[in-house]
Amino acid sequence: MEVAYLIETVIKVVVILLVFSALAGIGTYFERKILAFMQRRLGPMNVGPFGLLQVAADGIKLFTKEDIIPTNVVAPIFKMAPVITASTAFMAAAAIPFLPEFEIFGYTVHPIVADINIGILYILGIMGVGLYGPLLGGMASANKFALLSAARGAAVFISYEVVTGLSILAPIMMVGSLSLIDFNNYQIENGWIVFNLYGVGFVAFILFWIAAFAETGRTPFHLIANDHEIIDGFGTEYSGMRWGLFFIGEYANMFFISFVIPLLFLGGYGDGSLLGALALLGKVAFFFFFFLWTRAAWPDVRPDQLMWLCWKVLMPIAVVNILIAAIIMI
Amino acid sequence: MFEAIAFYLFAFLTITMFYITVTTSQALHALTALAAGMIFISAFFFILGADFLGAVQIVVYSGAVMALYAFGMMFFDTTRELKEKQGNKYIIFGLSVLAAVLVVLIFAAPMVSDNITALYPMTEGVGNTQEVGMVLFTKYLVPFEVAAIMLLVAMISGIVLASKQMDVSQTLSKDEPIQESKKGVTS
Repeated sequence: MEVAYLIETVIKVVVILLVFSALAGIGTYFERKILAFMQRRLGPMNVGPFGLLQVAADGIKLFTKEDIIPTNVVAPIFKMAPVITASTAFMAAAAIPFLPEFEIFGYTVHPIVADINIGILYILGIMGVGLYGPLLGGMASANKFALLSAARGAAVFISYEVVTGLSILAPIMMVGSLSLIDFNNYQIENGWIVFNLYGVGFVAFILFWIAAFAETGRTPFHLIANDHEIIDGFGTEYSGMRWGLFFIGEYANMFFISFVIPLLFLGGYGDGSLLGALALLGKVAFFFFFFLWTRAAWPDVRPDQLMWLCWKVLMPIAVVNILIAAIIMI
Repeated sequence: MFEAIAFYLFAFLTITMFYITVTTSQALHALTALAAGMIFISAFFFILGADFLGAVQIVVYSGAVMALYAFGMMFFDTTRELKEKQGNKYIIFGLSVLAAVLVVLIFAAPMVSDNITALYPMTEGVGNTQEVGMVLFTKYLVPFEVAAIMLLVAMISGIVLASKQMDVSQTLSKDEPIQESKKGVTS
């Protein structure tokens, strides 16, 4: 084990942690501003120029708030649940290539922590484990609304996981590898997967995109913590930074899934030039914006509607899509 | 060196988690420890270089234990301690000794008869995932297909058991909860 490799990995881990923790905070600012813009409000305006320091104010509030552990909860699990959400979100990032490789002072940097050859499977698996946070937090809370949200969390997990897995099978068959770097290289030669194979890629892309909303628990499928039905769901009993960790996990997940979608379907970072890197960041920004856009534009669905959508619509489409892809490729 | 550290760390963690699973009287503790233990096992696959199996271990068992949580939610108040009914202590003792002996036998048997030979050596220049696929669709094709048929049977029987009045939405209906089909009316 080279020392240089070790130092490089540690630096990469620290950089990713810092950048995406900060982005999660700034993401809340973007969300408020964009929602306000779409609903003809001003959003945060008072703290700093354009309300930019609102993020810092929120941070101070969350960090200094009293950490309350209610009486009847299962304390160890209750304390652990937010950590699961936040840490699994960042663990999943280990297999994501954030940028093409570049040189700095003659030293080639690969902006991916671990290029394991099962990248996409690992990312989806770890993101799935992330749903244990809401589930455990909800079940340990000794609160009806939290328990309801935990039950919904389990249902959502079992439903959407099937769609996510099936939808990426067709692209995996085209590429013949599970590594995101191989996905990128394949798309340099053969064009974006979303346009490949007579629309099969496009269907897979739409299915994965829909499943991504369930995965991150964003608005059309925001039923795990629906404010207007079950208060804050699993977060009802939480306060201070423990609640903040749930938030950081959710926003980090949104950013990471916004990286995964373009890497899988939309050409990734292209041939590795500066333009390709900027294009990737642009795609990520679009997908993140789309998460916020749907929140302003669409109502929430009921749990049974989500289940209906997953099992009776999306799953058959995904299976037929795989079959068509297999027939064409033979 | 890193392999050794990782191995002993995860061995310790896995055993601790499963120990908690069997000894605790808290349903939530037991389930969480079970999930954690299952996920820690994947570390051994990663250490051995079997990345695909490691990831599959995480995906499959996190989903499977999630289903157990759902059952736990339905049957227990998971925030309270459970009092287990203790049956005949001699039977419990006898069965656990038997299980321990069986485990030792299973692991010792191949060593005694020198039967450990790699029948399917690694193919050069082929990834971990492809390797699993090749073995699955050549040597283990029949067990693989049989497992698929078993799962299909389980799925169909599950649908048949749960399919009574499936077209009626329970969420939207304003009547009493859906009953079994009424007397004298054949469906």
